[in-house]
Amino acid sequence: MVRKLVEIALCIVCFILQITLFKALEIASVSPNLLIVLVAAIGFMKGPKEGMLIGFISGFFVDIYFSPVLGFYALVYMLMGLFNGLFKKEFFPDDIKLPMLMIALSDFLYNITIYVVMFLFRGDTNLGYYLINVILPEVVYTMIVAIVLYLIILKINQRLEINEKRSASKFG
Amino acid sequence: MKRKKRTKKNVVRLSSKKTFLILFGICVISIFLSLTLNLNGGPFKVAADVVFGPMQRGLNQIGLVMTSRKNDFQNLQELTKENDKLQAQVEELTTENSTLKLKQYELEELQQLYELDQKYPSYKKTGARVIARDASNWFNTFVIDKGSKDGIKVDMNVIAGGGLVGRVTSVSKSSATVTSIINDTCAFSGMMISTSDYCIVRGSLASMTEDQTILFDTLKDTDNKVTEGEQVVTSNISQKYLEGILVGYVTTIKTDSNNLTKSGTITPIVDFEHLEEVLVILEKKETE
Repeated sequence: MVRKLVEIALCIVCFILQITLFKALEIASVSPNLLIVLVAAIGFMKGPKEGMLIGFISGFFVDIYFSPVLGFYALVYMLMGLFNGLFKKEFFPDDIKLPMLMIALSDFLYNITIYVVMFLFRGDTNLGYYLINVILPEVVYTMIVAIVLYLIILKINQRLEINEKRSASKFG
Repeated sequence: MKRKKRTKKNVVRLSSKKTFLILFGICVISIFLSLTLNLNGGPFKVAADVVFGPMQRGLNQIGLVMTSRKNDFQNLQELTKENDKLQAQVEELTTENSTLKLKQYELEELQQLYELDQKYPSYKKTGARVIARDASNWFNTFVIDKGSKDGIKVDMNVIAGGGLVGRVTSVSKSSATVTSIINDTCAFSGMMISTSDYCIVRGSLASMTEDQTILFDTLKDTDNKVTEGEQVVTSNISQKYLEGILVGYVTTIKTDSNNLTKSGTITPIVDFEHLEEVLVILEKKETE
């Protein structure tokens, strides 16, 4: 219960930071994607189910404000959560290289999906241009932010796990 | 005892496959519903505003302060350089000014001709503040801090600094989402001011990141009168935009390979990177 609340709070905080503060700190008209970091990290740490749920919730926030169709971003973020959840076996708290790679890969896949659905389907085949000017800069910027954000999420996750173990031993 | 507990847990908790199917189902249904019934946000937005609204406003303020700080540092070096340049320009401009004054009379006549100056102030407008911007880097939509309780409705036109910004695409009680004209999915009918020739103005992500321009095409300019610097306004046949709002200036123009139409780029008047305050025109174009 506590975990759910904390995770939803994280979603809200990341969403708001992403659309306000980090939009003001744009570099080359590109801003980082905090939500994908959150979804990827939670999915990677807690498995596909949790990842999908968090992905769905964060995607839904984006849908409410910015999407012409309700449910599109929810679906994309959810699939990203699922994708990262499948690699839960590889998760070790000490290792930061693999999660960074996963986050970069998720952000890349997320942007490719948006390109395919929103641009390619309208007949815009200029992928190379978008790759260099939108997708890759966003991946790089997101990675830089992710180094800090991932560690914060990791710390919160560890705290929650300690709490859960303590209460479990109390009742068990 | 322990085993019993575990089995009980499994019964209550959903497996990840089921969670996937349920969430996938919700997504597909809501995409389907919003495509068929034209819903977006709606009741969710009202609830979301309560949670996000105050935080958005506060954090956006911090963001604005930080950007202005960032700019201060950059500016300091540039300012000294600019000062020298400007001194030279002042002399140049004073001579230019006298010639321009003559041209102004001409301009005033032209403006009366197009009744632009009369149309603009006659629309009822309300000011609004930009409080959040698109979560992705693909589109240019933003949220303003006024909604249906301030009289804002879907499809109302939004302007800033005398130029067209876009239109309202969804509204909740205390906020509204604005889709700007530079959005890649946006296209509308525009008009060259001197020849009254129609063209289609299209937002473009590629050309916007390249040199801050948007595109226009299918311009029939048989007399070759349209040149660079020509003003483009919204046309009277535009479905969603009120007539005669300034969009920008033509920066490049070329004849298409069919030799009948022309296309090119327009530099919008509005600075979309630093949009902080906008005006919403409280009047909708009645097309039906």
